[in-house]
Amino acid sequence: MNHDTLPVQLQPKEYKSAIKPVWCPGCGDFGVLGSLTKALAGLQIRPENAAIISGIGCSSRMPTYLSTYGFHGVHGRALALATGLKTARPDLTVIATGGDGDGFSIGGNHFLHTCRRNPDLTYIVMDNQVYGMTKGQASPTTDPNWQKGKLTPAGTGINPFQPLVIALASGANFIARCSSSDSNGTAKILMEAIRHPGFSLVQILSPCVTFRPEQSEWKHMLEPSPKEPTSDPAEAARRLLKDHGLYTGILYLGNRPVYQPKLESTIDNIEDFDEEFRL
Amino acid sequence: MYRDSLSIALTGSGGSGVMTTGSLLLEAAAKAGLYGFMSRSAGPQIRGGEAAAVIRLASEPTESADDSFDLVLAIDPGSMTRFLAEIPLRPDSLVISDAEAGRRGGDLPDVPAQVLDLPMQKLAKTVKGGRPNMIALGALAKMLGVPGDSIYSVLEKTLKSKGPDVLEASWACVQAGLIAAEELPVFVVPALTGETGIERWSITGNEAAGLGAIRGGIRFVAAYPITPATELLEWLATSLPKVGGVLVQAEDELASINQIIGASFGGTPALTATSGPGLALMTESMGLAVCAEVPAVIIDVMRCGPSTGIATKSEQSDLNIALNGLHGDAPHLVLAPTSVTDCVFTTQWAVHLAEAMQTAVIVLSDQSLGQTQAIVKRPAAFSFSSRRLVPERFDGLYQRYAVGGSGVSPMAIPGQAGGQYTADGLEHNQAGTPSSLPEDHYTQLEKRQRKINEFDYGQHWADLEGTGSTAVVTWGSATGPVREALSRLRRQGKDIRLISLRLLAPDRPQEMARALTGVNRLLVVEQSHSRQFHRYLRSVYDLPADVRVFNRPGPLSFRPMEIVQQLTDWAEEVTA
Repeated sequence: MNHDTLPVQLQPKEYKSAIKPVWCPGCGDFGVLGSLTKALAGLQIRPENAAIISGIGCSSRMPTYLSTYGFHGVHGRALALATGLKTARPDLTVIATGGDGDGFSIGGNHFLHTCRRNPDLTYIVMDNQVYGMTKGQASPTTDPNWQKGKLTPAGTGINPFQPLVIALASGANFIARCSSSDSNGTAKILMEAIRHPGFSLVQILSPCVTFRPEQSEWKHMLEPSPKEPTSDPAEAARRLLKDHGLYTGILYLGNRPVYQPKLESTIDNIEDFDEEFRL
Repeated sequence: MYRDSLSIALTGSGGSGVMTTGSLLLEAAAKAGLYGFMSRSAGPQIRGGEAAAVIRLASEPTESADDSFDLVLAIDPGSMTRFLAEIPLRPDSLVISDAEAGRRGGDLPDVPAQVLDLPMQKLAKTVKGGRPNMIALGALAKMLGVPGDSIYSVLEKTLKSKGPDVLEASWACVQAGLIAAEELPVFVVPALTGETGIERWSITGNEAAGLGAIRGGIRFVAAYPITPATELLEWLATSLPKVGGVLVQAEDELASINQIIGASFGGTPALTATSGPGLALMTESMGLAVCAEVPAVIIDVMRCGPSTGIATKSEQSDLNIALNGLHGDAPHLVLAPTSVTDCVFTTQWAVHLAEAMQTAVIVLSDQSLGQTQAIVKRPAAFSFSSRRLVPERFDGLYQRYAVGGSGVSPMAIPGQAGGQYTADGLEHNQAGTPSSLPEDHYTQLEKRQRKINEFDYGQHWADLEGTGSTAVVTWGSATGPVREALSRLRRQGKDIRLISLRLLAPDRPQEMARALTGVNRLLVVEQSHSRQFHRYLRSVYDLPADVRVFNRPGPLSFRPMEIVQQLTDWAEEVTA
């Protein structure tokens, strides 16, 4: 993209690259791509000042479809890449994107510790409760009785991961749930997430039309949270634990200190280090 | 008794202060004009267990252990038992023990040497807050002829943070030790006269690597603590902020390597340091740095493996994983410092190479380099001019992975308008778009290989010394004892060539052929059980017909005498 041709007021389409997504027709991730471009346009973040960072999976293909800087890394490590980038380059808007398997299974440890560390990142998890890229296995958020997973034909029988509860307990500073079918509503929440200091987790329920066709019903089942966002972690915990998983909106707004080391030199000359070793 | 070098070991239970004592003695002797080093040997215990400070003082710079020890001071006599294999003695070696301490905490084992008694515990009790290790320091200062003012000045520097009472008690103990040692034999290593104006440093290999990293431009480090790399990270944690950098303690090694790749993608030269177990965890993502062409420096301070192995002791057995641990065809660099001082240069060079070629560079240090404190001449300052190739302007379509002449393509940095691209571990075309087409795969594989094969590494690829028709090829910390062995043979009029590889990968067939011209016998020296280095040399280089291998796993280091023996026996067999 040639910078000189960009208009002063950027439109969502200017955040899209020319590359056609690999996603199946009807995939929820198309909606998320649309919402993300709207949010970036809404905030008028120049494409060169944003970096979209991902791991592996269908939704992790996201960076390629945007006109910003991007990094499509290895499976599960998007948050580590994003933390390194944001810590070294606090001037950039850094957004990590990925799926439930990438973020909560193979990348689970980084999820916990990025919540704890609280860098000023936004993490968009497109949750479809299934591994799509490897063709239909159970993910950490899959219902234990789902029997169509090819590695777990009798169901997983194990408790689903509750990302929002775990994010809250680990220290995430902003927690929201959205629907991929609500393009404008999701764009608004993404704008809030990007603006909010610290680590913002946005779970977007994004149906897999191929391996979880029943998820197309989600758009009729999701409903806005009946309560205003809380800043009280105990209240948020109570709500999230009772939650049936289908309330959308901003569910927690924290005010924890943001992780950002100062990057200011205090010595004039590298040769100052020599003094330490000189006899 | 005068000699040009002296080997001393101090043994004690963990927490008895042998490392502090050794370090103070080394620095005081250095102030008096000597060279030398102190390496550390310890068991796995966090506190308790046994520890040995292994010191060599010499008139000239040295980084090799000697064949045997002249003097051992066992603060806790029983602690000597664990180190019998690591501290070879002669009948005329002197072991100073503390019989009374031995009765309580374990007796001195049978040693093939003379034993004298010094009641360090008893003497320490005569001073309020006194400690036996400071009695030992005083006694050693007396026996070695290290002036009292040198001892006082290092004591003051080291203990100033602990308050005046501690300094006073320590100094009183040192003086008690000086008096108590009046009857003990004297060993004097003369300092070189006329060596004025030479700036000398006291530095460990881990500190030296940290310094090299900062000199090279590293400003972001993410790492997970691991023995024996931790001191390198600790030094960087306090030093990086002074130059506007940062060290992040990551949640694991997977995070460490990916954080540095993220920071480097953002334009900040970045590094991580670890040991074998951590390196194993990082290999997948090192492949990402190779494929996405993001500069990354990984220091592996090696220890005995496999698995947890012996965490506190040295071995050169991560060579295989460093060379071959990445999946797919993933050309990257593997470097190794050849001495404590060289940890500065090799690490700085590693940063330069990673940035210049936009790839992963592994630096193989080891416990014996990393945790050895050496008295050295000030490491030379190198200024490398080449930096990361970044596009200055964007005319038309920018292609991140454009296939140019050298294979290194300009790398846009986030914030540069018009340079937006997606760095990718998926195979891609020149624009960076994921591609499964065979031609894109071939083109990019070829580009990534070419850029490291055709780079001009200059003379730094190896340390080459001597011209004889017999050569020793080695690498890393094994270089120290090999150098000393060859120097002894040279004094006997035998010229043996040294080839110590600093650049282990990519291989340099032409340079190696030149280095081996006229060589008909080649001895390979390496510290690994399965002859990893020898196998690697065989796989990439044409070696002379007559090759022998002298290998041994860690933790026992090579003694110069053993290498002299190998070469002498071989020469005699040929003559016979």
